[in-house]
Amino acid sequence: MQHDGLIAVVKRDCPTCALIAPVLGQLARDGGLTVYSQDDPGFPESVPGVADDTSLDVSYGLGIEIVPTLIRFDGGREAARTFGWDRAEWRRVAGLPDLGGDLPEQRPGCGALNQEPARLIALKLKHGDDGLLSRHVNLGSEEDAIEACYARDWTDGLPVVPPTPARVLAMLEGTARAPDEVLGDMPPNLNPATVEKIAVNAVMAGCRPEYMPVLLAAVEAVLDHAFGLHGVLATTRFVAPVVIVNGPVARSIGMNAKGNALGQGNRANATIGRALQLAIRNIGGAKPGGVDRATLGNPGKYTYCFAEDEEGSAWTPLTADRGLKAGANAVTVFAGYGLQGVIDERGRTPEDIAATFATSLRAVDNVNKFPAPDVILVVCPEHERTLVAGGWDKARFKRELLERLTVPAEEVMAGANGVQEGVSPKRAGERVAKWPEHGLIIVRAGGGAGKFSGIIAGFTPSNEHTSNPVTKEVRP
Amino acid sequence: MTTEQVLLDPTAEREPVQRQRRPRPTSLSGLTVGVLDISKPRGDVFLDRLAERFTAEGITVKRYRKPTVIRPAPLEVQQAVASECDIVVEGLAD
Repeated sequence: MQHDGLIAVVKRDCPTCALIAPVLGQLARDGGLTVYSQDDPGFPESVPGVADDTSLDVSYGLGIEIVPTLIRFDGGREAARTFGWDRAEWRRVAGLPDLGGDLPEQRPGCGALNQEPARLIALKLKHGDDGLLSRHVNLGSEEDAIEACYARDWTDGLPVVPPTPARVLAMLEGTARAPDEVLGDMPPNLNPATVEKIAVNAVMAGCRPEYMPVLLAAVEAVLDHAFGLHGVLATTRFVAPVVIVNGPVARSIGMNAKGNALGQGNRANATIGRALQLAIRNIGGAKPGGVDRATLGNPGKYTYCFAEDEEGSAWTPLTADRGLKAGANAVTVFAGYGLQGVIDERGRTPEDIAATFATSLRAVDNVNKFPAPDVILVVCPEHERTLVAGGWDKARFKRELLERLTVPAEEVMAGANGVQEGVSPKRAGERVAKWPEHGLIIVRAGGGAGKFSGIIAGFTPSNEHTSNPVTKEVRP
Repeated sequence: MTTEQVLLDPTAEREPVQRQRRPRPTSLSGLTVGVLDISKPRGDVFLDRLAERFTAEGITVKRYRKPTVIRPAPLEVQQAVASECDIVVEGLAD
């Protein structure tokens, strides 16, 4: 409890505090004022016995936001408060009608040091106000924190950033959502995926706090019933959740949609995808050799995340195809395999390009697989340029591909092309499609030179019993 | 940031934080028993007798030796014990 009287919190580094030093001296003399200095207990010189609050403990306890702040306590309770310099307010709070007559009427204050993000986090931890519900794991004084994470089986095989309370609190600053909000039950063990647990895994993956809204949307997307995450993480097949980010948010957090978009070297691409996989591993309990039974897996199971190059493309973005407004901030997840390249450096017309893509796409799963699992086509800028120059928009390109991939059943019947898999002989005489309309997803990414596009083959043809692509809008 | 010596558990906390010991086997039948001599004086006398008894019971025994008692086992000894045995017995004091 505070003693009755006046308290002022100031810092030397604040011109307004310096300006009002004579007022503080007068109040200390006449009004029983106690002055706390945040940065220098020798300031202000006009006040004898300035209290040292360089630890900021008093400022934190009082919830100071701006210096100078003047507070009056009556009966052990705060009775009045003002901040910055506002002569009338200071006169009211101090109860002295003639205070500061030779000073200007108003001057704004400065930010209080206890509000600086890193210091605020340290103060919350020091005062036991972190609010974190996760189990605190105490390491031995000589234990290496990164090795400790390995020893507890928390990593994907690469080193992780040790998830200290300070780092997790900083991560949680990246979202407006409450730490205890549950986004859903994470398979395979169906454990609650709270915002806090996702933040712990985001720290480990190396995310920055501003990635949190995109990561949370990705977690929401994989937890959507339509995505069928249990099957995706457990299967003997190759799949990993592929995360595609659309909208201005991708640019504002520095994601790469251009050269090497599916490669290494960009922090946001690398760590958002990795954080999603770590969350699935640690919260859901999906581990290779345990529930994850992949025969080969694929390198995308470390991380598989990129942005669509909306700015560099003449086509409508994926968000528009997925029923959102073009330009919306959104995350789409897709259960995908590794990348198969499509190279055509000689085609000069849309028809040439379509022929190359259609024949390459036909190999998804195997050449007789009709229908095949959903697929993403990542079209590079130079291929798009040829298509656009020939007057093809994305819808036309897609239609032309689907037509080229609809063939007489006999061509892809079991045994055709020497392949034992294939369409049932009962379908003789019919035309069969490799994909229905919704099974072929086209996005634009990549950059610099090169007529090099990519196919990301999927897990299943989407329907109510399988894994479907899911899109979620990004919200704060 | 101050110390890294407190970490937040990233898991659903369904298991204890401390690593758990593997359960004791109910029988040694069919298992390979490692006998590790850490070079304590006369440790070999004790371990030779143990190995003899295990062998007489039809249990597979593999012998290992640390070159000196004052340092941890060399990596190749650690790896051999971990990859070749189901359980290991060592004599800790003379």
